[in-house]
Amino acid sequence: MRKLNENWQWSSTITVLLAVCCVLPFVLRPYQLDMMIFMFVYIMIVSSFRLISLTGEMSLAHAVIMGCGAYTSTLLYKYTGLSPWLSIPLGALAAALISFLLTFAIFRMKMFYFLIGSFAAAEAIRLCWLYFQGIFGGFRGIGRLPALEVDIPSVVYIDLGHPVNFYFFALIVGVVVLVILYRIEHSRFGLNFHATHWQDLLAGSVGVNCRSYRTIAFTVAGGFAGLAGGLLAHYVGAVNPQLYALGLMLYILVWAIVGGLGHFAGPIIGVVVLSVIDEFARSQQEFRPMIYGAILIATILFLPDGLVSLPNRLKPIWNRIRGVD
Amino acid sequence: MFELIVQTIANAVIASSFTAIIAVGLVLIVGVMQIVNFAHGELYMVGAYTLWYLYMEVGFPFFGAVLCAVAVPMLVGLLMERLLFRNMRGNLMGALILSVGMVFILQVTAVWLFGEGLMKHIDAPMSDVWNVFGLEKAVVANQRLLVLAVAGSIMVSFWFVLKKTKLGWALRACTQDPEAAALQGISIGKVSIIAMAISAGMAGIGGAMMAPLVIVDPHMGHTVIITAFIVMIVGGMGSLEGAVIAAVLYSFINTFITTFADGTLATIAGLLLMLLVLMIKPTGIMGTREKA
Repeated sequence: MRKLNENWQWSSTITVLLAVCCVLPFVLRPYQLDMMIFMFVYIMIVSSFRLISLTGEMSLAHAVIMGCGAYTSTLLYKYTGLSPWLSIPLGALAAALISFLLTFAIFRMKMFYFLIGSFAAAEAIRLCWLYFQGIFGGFRGIGRLPALEVDIPSVVYIDLGHPVNFYFFALIVGVVVLVILYRIEHSRFGLNFHATHWQDLLAGSVGVNCRSYRTIAFTVAGGFAGLAGGLLAHYVGAVNPQLYALGLMLYILVWAIVGGLGHFAGPIIGVVVLSVIDEFARSQQEFRPMIYGAILIATILFLPDGLVSLPNRLKPIWNRIRGVD
Repeated sequence: MFELIVQTIANAVIASSFTAIIAVGLVLIVGVMQIVNFAHGELYMVGAYTLWYLYMEVGFPFFGAVLCAVAVPMLVGLLMERLLFRNMRGNLMGALILSVGMVFILQVTAVWLFGEGLMKHIDAPMSDVWNVFGLEKAVVANQRLLVLAVAGSIMVSFWFVLKKTKLGWALRACTQDPEAAALQGISIGKVSIIAMAISAGMAGIGGAMMAPLVIVDPHMGHTVIITAFIVMIVGGMGSLEGAVIAAVLYSFINTFITTFADGTLATIAGLLLMLLVLMIKPTGIMGTREKA
């Protein structure tokens, strides 16, 4: 009965949230809409980051993998004139492939070494974008990407360059990605990810190939990050190496940790809460990193499981106030 | 060509000395506290900013400003130890994330106090140059020689402290086995404070010495911390000798590739070197102890 009640609570919460998301573009100001679009893309990235962390590792390569998707899509458009509708999925595939190749190098390491190793591999890729100017455009990157558009002659024409249209597009893609990630995690298959994290020796002894599950998680997460990167590149209209530098990676880490990596909703809450705080601190843009830093430190010290654990932490206090024990 | 090679070797030696004091500071903390301080590059930045402010704006004499540039990062470091790292000793990931938070905070503080866009130029107090062995085309500015001299003497005196004094014994004991050291009556808390002070002071003096030679900006710690990480991994986590050897190795590779090919390529080579070491021998060239 309790389980049913909880399910009902969750589904009603999600329905309300989606309804709010559908109304928002008609209420918000243009720049806030822009922020929401970025937020959806970041939610995809941070949720896919969580897929890796399910297997127990923190990867510092995620921002660059996202860039791989964006760059592949951009290069395909630039050199072959491929439609973005094909080049973005191909970019996602390329990002997944690069992630897969990276696993051979970095899955020899664990924990801290993995963190540093993934960072080294990613930074080397990013510096290649800087170094091979002829192909990747060097420091300035590649600009003037066309906006996405849905154009089926005499049936429908939607210009996704328009923020409101792109907003709904990003919302739909985001929801689909989240549903897929959720289904992966809560399938029988996904249980193995948890097993790989918490009991890798035991899991190995009952026939779970931990290494291959970690590889799968890393590859799939890389694919989704590449997809998000491709989308963002076509919305912003440009790619350059600086976009995917350590700064973005650290932000992804902050969002994920502040939200809490222990629960599916954690990273999403992290992105939303910190974006809202950003919005309030808009007038003090240069203080943004400091606010992030302070929140990160406070989270680690006082709420190690992230914001998502806040209700459980507050419940005893609330009960005491009400006099129920 | 011969002169170019001599010049490059001279540059590499100077780069080694600088890289060594930064990396030894980072590795000391890893050894004693099992904490990786991501904000080490920011302590270097604080040192450079202190020197710039006191020497150029307030008008301190150069060496007075350098002394302050050691003291200020030391204070910041001790504050970090007291408020953040003390509860996180041995928790590598937790402390790393805390220090990432400190990176953000220190960078914004620097921008807030001194502004971002202004060029922070520092007149080098020594403008003469030295022709290496009288060669005409191999020139080293005296300011760079000062870096070598200061870093070299700091390394030597630190080594003396480490090998000959009781404090050095305690530091090394904590590096090798914290629990056994505590059982012998060494207060890990006190040793941690001293290690943090030495580490932050080294980063500070590195910043002060380099400030007249590089662009002082809030993000200057970035490249330095990446270098220090590479050196730490190549040398072996927690191994001070390894850090020095790796610093020399890395600086020579880096300087030669930068001179004869390209700076970006040199960084890529350094990162690949680190990746290779991580894959083949994760304990580094001098590491003996397997750590999680």
